[in-house]
Amino acid sequence: MTSAFRPDFEALQVSNLHAYYGESHILHGIEFEVRRGELITLLGRNGAGKTTTLRAILGLTGRRSGSVNLNGQEVIDWPTHRIAHLGVGYCPEERGIFASLSVEENLVLPPQVRSGGMSVEELYAMFPNLAERRKSQGTRLSGGEQQMLAMARILRTGANLLLLDEITEGLAPVIVQKLGDVLGALKTRGYTVILVEQNFRFAAPLADRHYVIEHGKVVECISREQLPSRMDALHQRLGV
Amino acid sequence: MDFLNIPLPAILAQLVVGLINGSFYALLSLGLAIIFGLLNIINFAHGAQYMLGAFVAWFGVQYLGVNYWAALILVPLTVGAFGMLLERTLLSRLYREDHLYGLLLTFGLALIIEGVFVQLYGVSGKPYATPESLRGALNLGFMFLPKYRAWVIVASLVVCLGSWLIIERTKLGAYLRAGTENSQLLQAFGVNVPLMITLTYGFGVALAAFAGVLAAPIFQVSPKMGSDLIIVVFAVVVIGGMGSILGSIVTGLGLGLVEGLTKVIWPQASGTVIFVIMAIVLLIRPAGLFGKEK
Repeated sequence: MTSAFRPDFEALQVSNLHAYYGESHILHGIEFEVRRGELITLLGRNGAGKTTTLRAILGLTGRRSGSVNLNGQEVIDWPTHRIAHLGVGYCPEERGIFASLSVEENLVLPPQVRSGGMSVEELYAMFPNLAERRKSQGTRLSGGEQQMLAMARILRTGANLLLLDEITEGLAPVIVQKLGDVLGALKTRGYTVILVEQNFRFAAPLADRHYVIEHGKVVECISREQLPSRMDALHQRLGV
Repeated sequence: MDFLNIPLPAILAQLVVGLINGSFYALLSLGLAIIFGLLNIINFAHGAQYMLGAFVAWFGVQYLGVNYWAALILVPLTVGAFGMLLERTLLSRLYREDHLYGLLLTFGLALIIEGVFVQLYGVSGKPYATPESLRGALNLGFMFLPKYRAWVIVASLVVCLGSWLIIERTKLGAYLRAGTENSQLLQAFGVNVPLMITLTYGFGVALAAFAGVLAAPIFQVSPKMGSDLIIVVFAVVVIGGMGSILGSIVTGLGLGLVEGLTKVIWPQASGTVIFVIMAIVLLIRPAGLFGKEK
């Protein structure tokens, strides 16, 4: 996992990342990298530190140390709102749909962080349910629709590095299928994606690489090619 | 025409008086609600900031020749800027701590500000002249309403409804609503939340100062004017629901009317009726009339 840093090539390189919530030391030197246009997953059991890794990249944890290099910029000391403007879109685990905003207000809430985002019309074409319910209160949508909204919301901003936390959690298979299609489409458009996922069968066909996290550390990196031969070991690690 | 053996004109007159008091309750509780929503701080300095508004307007006339109409714009800007300074230098250090620290800090600030003004100006009121164009009274048939008091009702309604429209209908308001719900996520989307917090606190303080300027010709300018009023305003905020924007406006005006009505029906109870209502609301709807259960 130690490779020379090439700023025009890697979208994100995380090295020796430590993060804390108050006195609790959650991340113990996370290391991984994502190249432009890749989709990688962070796998691991509950409480391993996957969500905290995404939050630490954005500066949403307490104290943190180490290095987070985004498009060649060291951002470990940056305030959260500036990091977003390097083209990062975040979809939190609890989806984060605002109850006091309508569907459309939720959709257009995040400011543009880069040029080249999708238009509201394109997004409504991609997620027709949202168009029908654009005037509804955001949290009146079904779980699946809320997830679509949480995705659509960051695609409008022009973000090209997406941090997606457990987007399939608790959703019906048909919606999980739809999200898989969306991710496939995003990949062909050149988006870079970091996927935190419990649903390994959802993640496997999409991902270029899998990083397994245990106790706040990356313990294994498995490429798409290595996956078939490492399946048993991986299942053991994830306890599935 | 009588109601409960009370002449109707007397009731109507007290309702108008109640509406004037309600205008101040609404303006002040709106500022408190906005600040509490985004900052999670109960701004105990609100009464002192209202008093500062009145005093700065009085300074303006006394030393700088700033008339009432200019003061109505300039004083909220000045006192609001002072509020932003307090937020940047003091309040911003407390966001990671328990709410109680913010309350203690703002309470302490209120005591210091009031203490300084008592020391300098004593507790008696300073008169502030009603602007020329608003002298005289309107004949409403059942009462003579001083023009200035009618203006207070109109001005506070316009400012309250304007603020409400901005919060409910604009992008800036959407940021405020979203930040009130989940400021971390809003910041993760790239919104400069620390700056937004400073501006929001400044806006809330400016509303208090605006109320102070409006009050100056009615209540006189005195260091204690804020602490007398703010206790009732806190009761209004609790009844309306902490952090509810519309709740604070509607409850402020409504309770002014209730208080006015009590003055004619049972005068002895008029000083306590709001607190009795507060107790009942807390028993039945602990989150307040317009508040959301957390």
